[in-house]
Amino acid sequence: MSVPSDRLKKDHTRHIKERVIEAVLLLAACVSVFTTTAIVYILVKESWVFFQHVPLTDFLFDTQWTPLFDDAHYGIMVLLSGTITSSAVALLVAIPLGTVIAIYLSEFAPFSVREIAKPFLELLGGIPTIIYGYFALLFLTPLLQKIFPSLPGFNLLSAGIVMGIMIIPYVASLSEDAMRAVPMALREGSYAMGATRLQTSLRVVVPSAVSGIAAAYILGVSRAVGETMILAVAAGMQPNLTFNPTEPGATVTSFIVQVALGDLPHGSIGYQTIFAAGLTLMLLTLAFNLVGYYMRKKYREVY
Amino acid sequence: MNQQELQSLRALIASHKRWDFLFGVLGVLALMLGVMTFVALFADMTINGIGRINIDFLTSFPSRRAANAGILSAWVGSVLVMLVTACAAVPLGVAAGVYLEEYAPKNWFTDIIEINVTNLAGVPSIIYGLLALGLFVYTFGLGQSILTAGLTLALLILPVVIVATREAIRAIPQIIREGAYACGATTWQVVSDHIVPYSSAGILTGVIIGMARAIGETAPIITVGALTFIAFLPPAPFTGDPSAGLFDWLFAPFTVMPIQMFNWTSRPERAFLDNAAAAGFILVLMTLTMNGLAIWLRYRLRKNIKW
Repeated sequence: MSVPSDRLKKDHTRHIKERVIEAVLLLAACVSVFTTTAIVYILVKESWVFFQHVPLTDFLFDTQWTPLFDDAHYGIMVLLSGTITSSAVALLVAIPLGTVIAIYLSEFAPFSVREIAKPFLELLGGIPTIIYGYFALLFLTPLLQKIFPSLPGFNLLSAGIVMGIMIIPYVASLSEDAMRAVPMALREGSYAMGATRLQTSLRVVVPSAVSGIAAAYILGVSRAVGETMILAVAAGMQPNLTFNPTEPGATVTSFIVQVALGDLPHGSIGYQTIFAAGLTLMLLTLAFNLVGYYMRKKYREVY
Repeated sequence: MNQQELQSLRALIASHKRWDFLFGVLGVLALMLGVMTFVALFADMTINGIGRINIDFLTSFPSRRAANAGILSAWVGSVLVMLVTACAAVPLGVAAGVYLEEYAPKNWFTDIIEINVTNLAGVPSIIYGLLALGLFVYTFGLGQSILTAGLTLALLILPVVIVATREAIRAIPQIIREGAYACGATTWQVVSDHIVPYSSAGILTGVIIGMARAIGETAPIITVGALTFIAFLPPAPFTGDPSAGLFDWLFAPFTVMPIQMFNWTSRPERAFLDNAAAAGFILVLMTLTMNGLAIWLRYRLRKNIKW
């Protein structure tokens, strides 16, 4: 039988073209793998050189951080103390408020309130962090100074509070998603027993959604630890080994910004220091993400 | 049941209802705190900055004298960097999303790609800055240029674009694919004629949200080495003497809006802080417009499309 028209003839190029397109798309998908590999490679490569000069024990246990002085000390604890203090303040703000907002939106709020509040939270989460930094330095710090006159112009407290406000949308919206995934039948069972909304929320919905809520908290922690500009603007950038939020301090992230603002020659020890700091930050967020992953797995309720 | 028990029961119910009410109030107050922060932030910036916003502010270079300083080089830099970011992130992100939804076999390699996309969304932005410094600036030799900054931000928002693409594609019912395959279409024909066009509004939403995030990012661009004081514009193609090439602007030094604002914020003089407020006002307006547009698009989408 002959082919009735050219149009229906088997097109041999068709198969090859399909394979080429698939390969190109696969390559695009692999960019994420390349990015991760490149991040790890760059951080480890530069940190490797750094640790040839600085023993690991000094890095972990020294109590001074003066990498750009003649008498250089490289005690990462100094920067970590700033990161931990500011993150703790941020979480003290974000976790209670975020959880209350999530419970309210998921269990209490009428439909219309939720329809307005969700996009609003999203807008709040989309504001650039440099704007929050400006707000912390020039609005919140003067406000706090009226209450605590001894508060210095740069401090970890106001940076931490504003950072907490910045994180609220993430915590609230992820926790709310987790709570709304709890099946209606559980709530109905609770209401049928005569429980109020609050009792149902706190004793039925929250425990059922605990894995998702914990994951939301962990995400909040890793946002706080990685936040840069609010701290660079409002917390000052002097390294300071302290866990007192009313003092100024540098964090792992704000140190990187401080060095990058200056003009360090490529390959100098100062240049490698920011990669060592970056590696520390990366390991820290990786640890939190892993904890979040296992929490989600361990406490997961399957419906 | 005697009268006393009944009364204590009623008291119990009343107290539980009171707690319910109190929690409702607490929830509204917590939300109001967010609203108030937003209002305070916006009002503070408007009051301090509005006096500085005029045509001269938009068309002047930064200056040592606060009253003469403007954001010309900053907003031009932001626009050009965003252009590079969009050109890199949109094709890559959409292609990756399409691959993962329509092509990817279920195997360990696909799992690795998916885990990577999820993890990259959680990597702090400053880490991307370090990556770009080590890779783009020194290994690839692209220098501290618009191209480097644009590519850095593209990597940063790639997960956002990929996730949005995948969600938009997942919303398309299987019937559409089956119909096209039944007519003898190849996978690529299904993707290019049906999947991508039908998911384009959802993808656009994700792209806008990603771009809104990129335009406000400061830390990675500082790390790459953007300068804080730029009193010239990147060379426009075919102008100047000797005439600039078509792509010379990609390799020019630059500054962007958030960095200009950071620079002014870190100065002690009040006049510069007002400049920072004015730049911040414009920056907030830009991100709010973009995010608002994305939210509106998504709302329209949810209302209109019924498969």
